[in-house]
Amino acid sequence: MKLGNVMEILSAKPLSSFVDLDLDVKCACSSDMMSDVLAFPKEHMVLLTGLVNAQVMRTCDMLDIRAVVFTRGKLPSAEALEMANENGISVLGTELTLFVASGKLYSGGLVGGTKDKA
Amino acid sequence: MSILKEEFPVVKMDFVTAGEASAQIKRILKKLGVDAGVVRRLSIACYEAEINLVIHSEGGSLSLEVNPEDIVLISKDVGPGIPDIELAMSEGYSTASDDVRMMGFGAGMGLANMARNADKFRIESKVGEGTLIEMIFNLKQEA
Ligand SMILES: Nc1ncnc2c1ncn2[C@@H]1O[C@H](COP(=O)(O)OP(=O)(O)O)[C@@H](O)[C@H]1O
Ligand SMILES: [Mg+2]
Repeated sequence: MKLGNVMEILSAKPLSSFVDLDLDVKCACSSDMMSDVLAFPKEHMVLLTGLVNAQVMRTCDMLDIRAVVFTRGKLPSAEALEMANENGISVLGTELTLFVASGKLYSGGLVGGTKDKA
Repeated sequence: MSILKEEFPVVKMDFVTAGEASAQIKRILKKLGVDAGVVRRLSIACYEAEINLVIHSEGGSLSLEVNPEDIVLISKDVGPGIPDIELAMSEGYSTASDDVRMMGFGAGMGLANMARNADKFRIESKVGEGTLIEMIFNLKQEA
């Protein structure tokens, strides 16, 4: 699906200055532990998280993750948002919980990451 | 002869700059035109090593050496060292504090993740002296 579909499914709002609605999204990872995200990377992955610090964007930068959704109405820190804007990472926010947001995307056809070599 | 050699200092418990060295290294490798898969694996391993320097060590450095056949990445610190390397390498083992976990790290996957992503992984550690991790990434030869 496209990031635009993700936005629609989650009734999410754009938080970054630029959101690439046409971005291809094939799988998702939901976690507040960046250590876990780093262990299961996959291409065309959207990250769902409740963690709002700058290390979220650093992790995305390292893994070439182009889109992040903050759940449960949480807002990224100023540094995180700045880093996202600098690196062209699309940031969305939804009021849904991490669990519900994950479930909706899974039902919508997204799969999880794997433990394969990056 | 190496193509490039550079060292990046990493400061302990500084979460503002944490990851900057890895980001810089990634940029350098991309600019050199290194294979995207290698850049990806190295970036992950490098970031894990950098975070470990930030959250576990007294400070240290990452050094990058790009050779025609491979890339050597070394993480080196000045302590406190790892008492039981085998235990530290096992997935899920972590001595990270709750504060560090709140930052999103300390799942105990880092060392195993480095070993998985590098083509060669070597770790040496001495309590009271420090830890040295050497990771080698083979560069694909053009056919
Ligand atoms: N540079 C280091 N200096 C001292 N101890 C370290 C270092 N790197 C790793 N360790 C030890 O090894 C453990 C496992 O490391 P790792 O697999 O990266 O997991 P995590 O960083 O999530 O704790 C750490 O919790 C720590 O006790
Ligand atoms: Mg670690």
